[in-house]
Amino acid sequence: MTPHRTRDAIASATRLSRISLAFVVLAALGLLLADIEIHTANPWLELGRIGRGLLSPDFWSLELFLEALLNTFAFALLGVALAVPVGGLLALCFKWRLVRLYCAFSRSIHELFWALLLLQVFGLSTLTGVLAIAIPYAGIFAKVYAEILEESDPQAWQLLPPGSAGLSSFLYARLPQVYPHLKSYTQYRLECGIRSSAVLGFIGLPTLGFHLETAFKQGLYSQAAALLYLFFLLIFSLRSLFGRRWLLPLYLLGAMLWLPWQQQFDWGLMIRFISEDLLPAPLRGQALSDPHSWSNLGDWCWMLLTGQAAQGVVNTLLLSLIAMVATGLVTLLLFPLISSQFLRRPGRTAGHLLLVMLRSIPELMLAFVALLVLGPSMLPALLALALHNGAIIAHLIGRYSDALVLREDASRGVNRYLFEVLPRIYRQFLAFLFYRWEVILRETAILGILGIHTLGFFIDSAFEELRFDRALFLILIAAALNMGVDSFARWLRLRLQLSHFPQPR
Amino acid sequence: MQTAPLFKLRNQSLGYGAQPVLQNLNLSIYAGEKIALIGTSGSGKSTLLKRLYSQQPQRCAIVPQQLGLVPILSLFHNIYMGQLHQHSNLYNLINLISPRAKPRQQIQALAAQLGLDTLLWHSVDQLSGGQQQRTALGRALYRHCPVFIGDEPVSSVDELQSQALLQLINQQHDTVVVALHDRELALQNYQRIIGLKQGQVVLDAPSASLSSEQLAFIYQ
Repeated sequence: MTPHRTRDAIASATRLSRISLAFVVLAALGLLLADIEIHTANPWLELGRIGRGLLSPDFWSLELFLEALLNTFAFALLGVALAVPVGGLLALCFKWRLVRLYCAFSRSIHELFWALLLLQVFGLSTLTGVLAIAIPYAGIFAKVYAEILEESDPQAWQLLPPGSAGLSSFLYARLPQVYPHLKSYTQYRLECGIRSSAVLGFIGLPTLGFHLETAFKQGLYSQAAALLYLFFLLIFSLRSLFGRRWLLPLYLLGAMLWLPWQQQFDWGLMIRFISEDLLPAPLRGQALSDPHSWSNLGDWCWMLLTGQAAQGVVNTLLLSLIAMVATGLVTLLLFPLISSQFLRRPGRTAGHLLLVMLRSIPELMLAFVALLVLGPSMLPALLALALHNGAIIAHLIGRYSDALVLREDASRGVNRYLFEVLPRIYRQFLAFLFYRWEVILRETAILGILGIHTLGFFIDSAFEELRFDRALFLILIAAALNMGVDSFARWLRLRLQLSHFPQPR
Repeated sequence: MQTAPLFKLRNQSLGYGAQPVLQNLNLSIYAGEKIALIGTSGSGKSTLLKRLYSQQPQRCAIVPQQLGLVPILSLFHNIYMGQLHQHSNLYNLINLISPRAKPRQQIQALAAQLGLDTLLWHSVDQLSGGQQQRTALGRALYRHCPVFIGDEPVSSVDELQSQALLQLINQQHDTVVVALHDRELALQNYQRIIGLKQGQVVLDAPSASLSSEQLAFIYQ
C-alpha cells in the first residue's frame, strides 16, 4: 500500500462527514432565520380532535367519496399512462441537449402549477387533470429511464454484430436488461401519481383532495379520516393491480370511460391567454418598437425580482435546505425499523406499516394537518417534508442494509448501528438524499399554497389575483431554481463519487 | 507469395489512461493462422484481443471474458443475437416474441454440439458458469465469421470438453486467436504460440518447436 493510497482512503470518509456537517450547520443557521414558532394556543386540543376523528371515521356520503376515489385513480392512471410512452421516447433521445433541457424544465414545474396554468385554458376538466400529471411525469420518466439505460451493462450491446439494426439491438441487448428496473420504477411512479392526483383536488378537481380539504377546513375530522382510509385502501390495492397486469388495459379503458370528456375548448380563449394574459403587463397592447414599453418591462421585472421573487427564493431555498437535513435525520432514525440487521420479522412488519403510511400521505396533506395543529409557520411544512421524504429514503436504505453481510460476531444494538451499518450505508444514504433534494425543493414551492411564503405562495397569489403574467414569471424563476439545485446536487454527487443512480441492491 | 496480414500492429502501445498495458507492440497475424496467446493475468492478453477485435469487428466473432450475455433472455435468444444483423427488425421482433422454426432448428443443432440442447429455453441467469460460457461461445459460432477471437473461452469447462470445443472452434473458423491459461491445450491445438509478459511479447514461435517446459518461464 502506498502512502498516497492511505491518504485517499482516510479522505473519503472524512469528506463525507465534513460535507454532512456543513449541511447540518447551514440548516441550523437557517433555523435561526426561519419562522418555526408554534402559533396556536393549544395544539394538543386540535390534535386530540383529529385523533378522535381518526378513531371514528364517518363514511356519511360513501357514494360521493367513492366517486372521488375513482376520479383520483382515473386521473393518475391516465396521466401516468400518457407519460410513460412520451417519457420513454424522450429517454431515447436524451443525448440531445434540447431534449434534456425540455425534460428538466417540464419536471421542474410542480403538477399543481401545471394544473393552475392548464386550468385557464381547459377549465376544470379531465384534460387539465390528466395533462397536469402527464407533462411533468413525462420529464421525470425521461430522466430516470435514461439513467437506468445508461447504467445498464453495455457489453451485450457492444458485442452485437456490427450492422445490427438499431431497433433489434435495443430490443435484444438493452430492453431485457433494464426492463425489471423500468417496471418497478413505473409502478412506484403510479403510486406518486395517485398522490399527485389527490392533491389536485386542492385546486378544485374532483379528486379526494377536494373533499379532504373541505372536511379539514370545516373541522369534520371523522369525514377526513374516512377519506384518508379510502386513500390508503387505494394505495395498498395498487400492488394487487400490478399482480394482474393483463387487467391493466381494462383499467385504462375503464378510466377513460369513467371520466367526463365534454371538453369546451375555445381557441380564442387559448390565444388570448397566451398572447395577452401571459404577456407581462407593461407589454400588453403596446407597440413592441416603443423603447418606453421595454423600459417599463425592465422596471416590472426588477420590481418582481427584488420583491416577491427574492423573498420567495430565499424562503424556498431555506426551507428546502432545512427540510433536506431533517429528512436525513428522519431517515437515519427510521431505517432500522425495517432492517433485518436490527429487528426480527414482527418488528419489521410494524416498521414497514409505519413507513408505508408516512410515505403514502401526500406531503401537502401532512402539512395541512400540521398547519391546523401548529399554526402558520415553516414548522408544519418542515415536519411534513421531513416525515414524507424521510420515510421514502428510509425504505430504500432499509432494503439496502438488508443486503449487507456482517461477520458472525459483529456487535449488536447501538454499536452495530454506529460501527457496522452506518459506515456501510452512508455513501448510499447521501446519494439518495442529494438525489431527493430536487424533489424536496419542488414540494417546498407548492407548500406555499398553504400560506408559507415560498415561491409557491406568490405564484398561487398571482393566480388568485388573475395576474397570470406574474404567475408565469415566478413559475419560470421557480423552474430555474429547481434546475440550478438539481445540477448542484449532481455536481456534489459526482464530486463525492456517489453512485449516479442509486439502485437498492 | 506475399499476402497482406489480417491484423497488423506496429510499435503500438495500448492501455487505459496514462499507463500503457502493452508497450511497443509489433505483431502481424495472417489469415488461416491458429494462434494461442499465453501469459499471466495482467500481462495484457485481454487488451490485445480487444484491440484485434476493434480492428475488424465485421469479420470477427468474439467471446470476451465477461461473456456479455443478457441475463433474463433465454439461451436461444442469446445465441440468436449472433445473427441479429442479418435480419430485419420485424423478423427479429417476431423471433423475440415467438421463435420461428428455422432459427430454432439451427440453434437447437448448435446447442447440441455444445451440450446445451436441453437448456434452450432457460434464461441464462439460471445457468452455471460453464453453461453460460458455452452460451457465449454458441453466440460467437452462430455468427459464422471467418475469424474467431476468444478470451479464455473454455476456462470454466472440464478438460475433455475443452479439447472438443477448441477443435470445434478451429473447424468453423479460418483464423483463430485465443487466450489460454492451459499450456498443454495451447500446444495441442494451435500452430503458433505468442507469450506475453508484463506488456511485452516475449515469445512468438510455432508450437511444433516448443515444449510445455519451455513455456514455463512465461509464468515466472
